[in-house]
Amino acid sequence: MSVAVTIETIEKRFENFPALRGVSLDIQPGELVALLGPSGSGKTTLLRLIAGLEEADRGRVLFGETDTRELSLRDRRIGFVFQQYALFKTMNVAENIAFGLKSRPRHERPSNDEIRKRVRDLLDLVQLPGLEKRYPSQLSGGQRQRVALARALAIEPRVLLLDEPFGALDAKVRKDLRAWLRELHGRTGHTTVFVTHDQEEALELADRVAILNEGRIEQVGSADDVYDHPATPFICEFLGEVNKLPVKVVGSQAFFGDRPVLGGLSQNQGGPASLYVRPQHLRIVDETPLALPGTVEHLRRNGPLRRAEVAVEGLKKRLEVDLASQVAPAIGERIRLRITHGNLFAAA
Amino acid sequence: MSDATLPSASAQEPRRSASRARGESPVVQVILIAVSLVFLLLFLLLPLVTVFVEAAAKGWEAYRAAITEPDAQAAIQLTLLVAAIAVPFNVIVGIAAAWAIAKFEFRGKDLLISLIDLPFSVSPVISGLVFVLLFGAQGYFGPWLQANDIKIVFALPGLILATVFVTFPFVARELIPHMQSLGSSDEEAALTLGASPWRVFFRVTLPNVKWSLFYGVLLCNARAMGEFGAVAVVSGKIRGLTNTMPLHIEILYNEYMGAAAFAVASLLAGLALVTLVLKTLLEWHYGDVISASRHH
Amino acid sequence: MTAATTTFRWREPSILPGFGLALGITVTALSLIVLIPLAALFLKAASAGPADIWAVATSPRTLAALKLSFSAALFAALVNAVFGLILAWVLVRYDFPGRRLIDAAVDLPFALPTAVAGISLAAIYAPNGWVGSLLAPLAFKLTIPFTGLSLGFDGKVAYTPLGVMVALIFIGLPFVVRTVQPVLEELQSDVEEAAALLGASRSRTIFRVVLPQILPALMTGSILAFARAVGEYGSVIFIAGNVPMVSEIAPLLIVIRLEQFDYAGAAVVATMMLLISFALILTGNLIQARARRRFGDV
Repeated sequence: MSVAVTIETIEKRFENFPALRGVSLDIQPGELVALLGPSGSGKTTLLRLIAGLEEADRGRVLFGETDTRELSLRDRRIGFVFQQYALFKTMNVAENIAFGLKSRPRHERPSNDEIRKRVRDLLDLVQLPGLEKRYPSQLSGGQRQRVALARALAIEPRVLLLDEPFGALDAKVRKDLRAWLRELHGRTGHTTVFVTHDQEEALELADRVAILNEGRIEQVGSADDVYDHPATPFICEFLGEVNKLPVKVVGSQAFFGDRPVLGGLSQNQGGPASLYVRPQHLRIVDETPLALPGTVEHLRRNGPLRRAEVAVEGLKKRLEVDLASQVAPAIGERIRLRITHGNLFAAA
Repeated sequence: MSDATLPSASAQEPRRSASRARGESPVVQVILIAVSLVFLLLFLLLPLVTVFVEAAAKGWEAYRAAITEPDAQAAIQLTLLVAAIAVPFNVIVGIAAAWAIAKFEFRGKDLLISLIDLPFSVSPVISGLVFVLLFGAQGYFGPWLQANDIKIVFALPGLILATVFVTFPFVARELIPHMQSLGSSDEEAALTLGASPWRVFFRVTLPNVKWSLFYGVLLCNARAMGEFGAVAVVSGKIRGLTNTMPLHIEILYNEYMGAAAFAVASLLAGLALVTLVLKTLLEWHYGDVISASRHH
Repeated sequence: MTAATTTFRWREPSILPGFGLALGITVTALSLIVLIPLAALFLKAASAGPADIWAVATSPRTLAALKLSFSAALFAALVNAVFGLILAWVLVRYDFPGRRLIDAAVDLPFALPTAVAGISLAAIYAPNGWVGSLLAPLAFKLTIPFTGLSLGFDGKVAYTPLGVMVALIFIGLPFVVRTVQPVLEELQSDVEEAAALLGASRSRTIFRVVLPQILPALMTGSILAFARAVGEYGSVIFIAGNVPMVSEIAPLLIVIRLEQFDYAGAAVVATMMLLISFALILTGNLIQARARRRFGDV
């Protein structure tokens, strides 16, 4: 099967600010891709470029084999859900959803009956039957979002693009809509790209996650790929809490000071490196060869988990340790920690 | 917020956005700009320029003579005097109204705001007429005033009353929205620190709203000095006595002394330009606090 | 509603001082300067008695003056609605040299005394004026066949009803621009992008999506311009020619009645004008309120 969207070495500047500096990405048909990154990483710019709302300074976007520069906005057939939904507030829900179909040239336009039926079907699909006559101001945030989605789907888009789809909603509605969107995508199978700054959202929803930083894609992969095997220290830190240890690699072992803390390394490059360890990958153990001694300085609760902050000699920041089902140590207790999993990056 | 917080990538910035989806074709843009410019030229700029061109038509000596002759001087002085009384009066009332309306919740507030705005929707001629009906020779208080030898209509008090009427809303209307947006926490803080009510007003409230107050005074003054219809009705147009500058212009114009009329008019046009410049500067620098109502 | 046992509270308690003084000054000044004088006007008009009121109100000269004032004001408001909208659009959306200057110049009619504007417009549009002399050769007369109706322009603007309209266009323009401009500025760009992505042409986007959103503001601005134009005096009388039954506006008729010491006649015409103006402004407010209720914060 061919690629649905090809993004080729896109560059884009705004005045003096380079928003994208050479971004390439292939999106497969039916795929659900998340563009994840912090503010200013260029993810929204990339989405707007795919839509055709911005023009690239260099590079191109292909839909299948077609260069999108040859396509008008109408011919691109993009379903775009804006962050603030951009519903037309002087039109009711039905008129909003029908707007795209009624904008078609006369010979391509479906009959009024057909349009009415399509609107009804779409409202059923987004689970808002019977709201045709409501105005956007009379809808809740979650309802507006679903109307915006129905409006985008009405034109039978080639690609569905969502800009921070849950950004304007409160936490509870977010969770519900997330599950619903995943399920809807499973049913309709639209090629979908969405932008988010929330790593949890990206990892939970997307088939593949593209992580952007300062105008570049740092890694593309499944949730497991990027979480377990982050390509860069930035991704490692962006995807969740992590402890950072300066180490030196000698042979197959990493040393913190003169103490070996992690073994079985396949890297053949020796020398100074940074070892990134997530709080859940630190385990309290009895004396073993590969262990890090430290003192428990603080205990606190972090959601369902208990957390220990452990001071280690030679390390400025205390290590964060998830205790999970482990027996809680006392404050001031000397313990030993074993690293069960870590990511090693050569020091820059 | 995502990338939209960036200064130039901002999707919130509506003005002259680079987005492909907005904006008309260059041809349409040029046509619309040209239409706007021609319209403005014909209806706004040309009248302004004409005032100065016509004023200079008979040369500098004629210009000087027109504005220094005794009747013109008397008109200028009367105009300044009327404004010097009407504007401070409206400043005091405007501040009082804004204080009551912005700092307190009470019944009938919306009605009070509408009533303060009322003079804006009354024809200037009617604004003068009401005082003639009250104080004119055949007005309700006419006989009594005559018996006690008090002159209001066709005299200075009438001019002031009519001017105060037409400029009544200007100061209050600028101050009310600004003071409402500021809330009362500053004043409450000052009171809890032991400041006296007048100290709170002069040291806390007034400095907070000084720019919108100035803005209101500016517009109030421009209208007070330029008012024509209302004062035309109450003045009686006695030369050298009850003629303000706009009325003096009318008389000169009707007597076919065009150049002299435009000479006096150029002074008022100059005042209008100064007002516009100050107003524009205020809007550029303090637009966020005085943007609540930019018209009238 | 307050129960009979509780005391009627007409203001919320506050620790801030000065409520009584401030409200006292406000209400006293408002009553003395605005309310009592206006009441005197209504009283005077009513005291004329029904027969006299009817006679004044229906006299051909009154009707002609009111008809001219309202129709010229309506025409000027329509012209301003069109050009004011274009001007606001150009000022908000386009960048061109001198934009800020033009933006500031729009307020000129608010700042320029009406008498000054009046003599200046009269000079420009007089038959020997800068614009008037250009228009004189353009005189034409069109007779619509069979109906006997004719349409014409005799080459004159000043000293005709057309002159009245020119002055009223001048005076009303800023109302439309300044009411529409902020609404246009606050319009979110994403709505237009959404329309374009859904396949709408630029003109469809403007007429179906953008204009409906600024329509309430446009109507309010036009009504403000209209209300102001109906009562306008200073800028009109110099250019109008003031021919009774032809180019005599209602405010001028009030002045003439007053000069003839016909106080009641003046009061009746004034009251008719005021009532019509108030009704218009009320309509404008209702339009805004209705739009806000239906579409949210338009």
